[in-house]
Amino acid sequence: MKTVIQGGRVIDPANGVDTVADVYIAEGRIQAVGETPPDFQTDETIDAAGRIVCPGLVDMHVHLREPGQEWKEDIASGSRAAAAGGVTSVACMANTRPVNDRRSVTEQIKATAASVGMARIHPIGAVTRDLAGEALTEMNELHAAGCVAFSDDGRPVPDAGVMRQALEYAATFDYLLILHEEEPALSAGGAMNEGAHATRMGLGGIPNASEDVMIARDAILAELTGARIHIAHVATAGGVDLIRQAQARGLGVTGEAAPHHLFLTDTTVGTFDSHAKMAPPLRSPEDREAVRAAVADGTLTAIATDHAPHEADAKNEVFACCANGVTGLETLLGLSLKLVDEGVMDLATALDRVTRGPASVLGLDAGRLGVGDVADICILDPEARWQVDPAGLHSRSVNTPFAGWNLRGRVERTLVGGRTVFPFGGEPYGG
Amino acid sequence: MSPSQPAIEDAADLPRHLLGLEGVSAASINRILEEAQGFRALVDQADKKTDALKGRTVINLFFEASTRTRTSFELAGKRLSADVINISASASSLQKGETWLDTVRTLEAMTPDALVIRHPDSGAPHLAARALDSHCAVINGGDGTHEHPTQALLDVLTIQHHKGPIAGLKVAIVGDAAHSRVARSQIHALHTLGAAEIRLVGPKTLMPTEAATALGVQVFHDADAGLENVDVIIMLRMQMERIRGAAVPSQREYFRLYGLDPARVERAADDVLVMHPGPMNRGVEIASEVADGPYSVILPQVTNGLAIRMAVLNLLARERGSGSPA
Repeated sequence: MKTVIQGGRVIDPANGVDTVADVYIAEGRIQAVGETPPDFQTDETIDAAGRIVCPGLVDMHVHLREPGQEWKEDIASGSRAAAAGGVTSVACMANTRPVNDRRSVTEQIKATAASVGMARIHPIGAVTRDLAGEALTEMNELHAAGCVAFSDDGRPVPDAGVMRQALEYAATFDYLLILHEEEPALSAGGAMNEGAHATRMGLGGIPNASEDVMIARDAILAELTGARIHIAHVATAGGVDLIRQAQARGLGVTGEAAPHHLFLTDTTVGTFDSHAKMAPPLRSPEDREAVRAAVADGTLTAIATDHAPHEADAKNEVFACCANGVTGLETLLGLSLKLVDEGVMDLATALDRVTRGPASVLGLDAGRLGVGDVADICILDPEARWQVDPAGLHSRSVNTPFAGWNLRGRVERTLVGGRTVFPFGGEPYGG
Repeated sequence: MSPSQPAIEDAADLPRHLLGLEGVSAASINRILEEAQGFRALVDQADKKTDALKGRTVINLFFEASTRTRTSFELAGKRLSADVINISASASSLQKGETWLDTVRTLEAMTPDALVIRHPDSGAPHLAARALDSHCAVINGGDGTHEHPTQALLDVLTIQHHKGPIAGLKVAIVGDAAHSRVARSQIHALHTLGAAEIRLVGPKTLMPTEAATALGVQVFHDADAGLENVDVIIMLRMQMERIRGAAVPSQREYFRLYGLDPARVERAADDVLVMHPGPMNRGVEIASEVADGPYSVILPQVTNGLAIRMAVLNLLARERGSGSPA
């Protein structure tokens, strides 16, 4: 199968490319950008005039819920959501049921993802067994089975001694740990950002210090152990500063921001709106500005959604008790482009943070459109405007705080390994 | 004015539910206070009953222990001739796996006109109100650490009785404001009615975060300074069970620093009112000499509570049902 994507504006931040060119694909990989390769017999021509052709998006923070909570999402529905959102690589968190803390779970996820064949699914293994923060998982075996990083996301390792051991063990093999930073004792009893709005609503507050203390601890431990760490969903100005300081000292510390922290603040909670409940919580406008600036200047390498599907009942509870998290796969691109419209960063930078940035953190063969790279591609109409309608999304759950938002940039086609996975109906990419 | 024939058309301006006092207009608060004034007279009569809510149903749904608020709502409903049902969470079907919201919906299907909800979590009455399909009014009987509107209304009614208009008054609220739904509702009502100054007095560990900006209050950590020249002192219950960890080192030190004893009362204006929403911890936040002393209006608060709850039930449960069956 030989495909040419014709006449699109090719933006490939990894290679500094932004030019109108044809993209030639064969055997699932990019053969050329620009000149037709010799002996290229085109089977399929995709007209991309007026469209942007960029690497398929890489979302390094997703909860696919399978195995164990398939009523919220499963690998098939999550893959469809990814494809519809232009996302071709998904790193999925370990807090499934059972937890992805053993080879069999990793293999099951990989096998199911392959049979679905709509996105490259990269499991993230647990750091500790059952996310209990005590005994380490068999990281080496999990890595061999396909885990690309390790994380107890949602259940930060509270014991600094265990964390030190985890980092040291991971550093033995140069594995990456992805850290949800929250000091449990400082978050106890909290349901939203500590501040004036929490005070008025009578909701327990979570201070920025809860996140900052743990980022500081783990940056110091990263220095002690030589481990590589990646701070998930950074939400505070203090956290950004700590990461910047760690990077200035040459430590292997990277970070990501979630779209909701880039657009919403604690007053979005309004009168107990459970779609504004997540961990870490929505913070102040000053924090939002700091996180935006950090994504723009590269302190935070990735925009990652923390896609966390929940059925309606899980959100239809009192604020303090309802489930944390929002969906994000299908709004990632539109919200990233909104950062461009709001002057936070230029288009190439925004696309970098959802392609090359996360791919480089995870060491994935993805997020770039050079010759020889995998043909994971998103073709989007940058001028098309659309309104986020939960009923029109493909995730099994519709807990988005962005319902009703008008976004620019519509995914027209998503290719994985050179095969069209969106619009739906084509063959799986390699399954 | 006859309490059995209130000017219900005014109620059109009232919120459909009484979920809190933040954002409730002075006109609405005054409407409730006027209505309560009428019922206040009834409370002192030998025959305390009117048929204002005859044929109406009030359900008190309490997911948290309460004696005085539940009794007050129950008696208020009965004196209005409503059918009153009391349900406490321990006696409900919650233990059978039903969610509390399903309990609310199930009760709604029994066509009550008012549902008084107390819940340990902030925002529960709001969630219930959003879940309802019928005309039934939801009245917040205290939600978590958010609001307790009828308590604040009865406090305002009590202050008015003794001081006249709220406008221009200086009020000190002393104690565990961080965990107090009563304090939040009081602050909103007092602001809306034009109080000159609202002070929160207590250690930093019991102060709501960003209290000054969030609630428009002045914060005092020194009780003597905080009580200087105030017209009203409202003592809050020291909610020992709500304090996580180590907010105060001991009851002894707390009383020494923030307890209301006769010497501290002397700091306030000569005709100061001393109030407490109850239940009191004598010797923890208030000395018995003060609680039982000449400035105390703690028991009149309770009586006014009855009048306020009659007013709220009458205004919200009475006319809304007509023409809009569930």
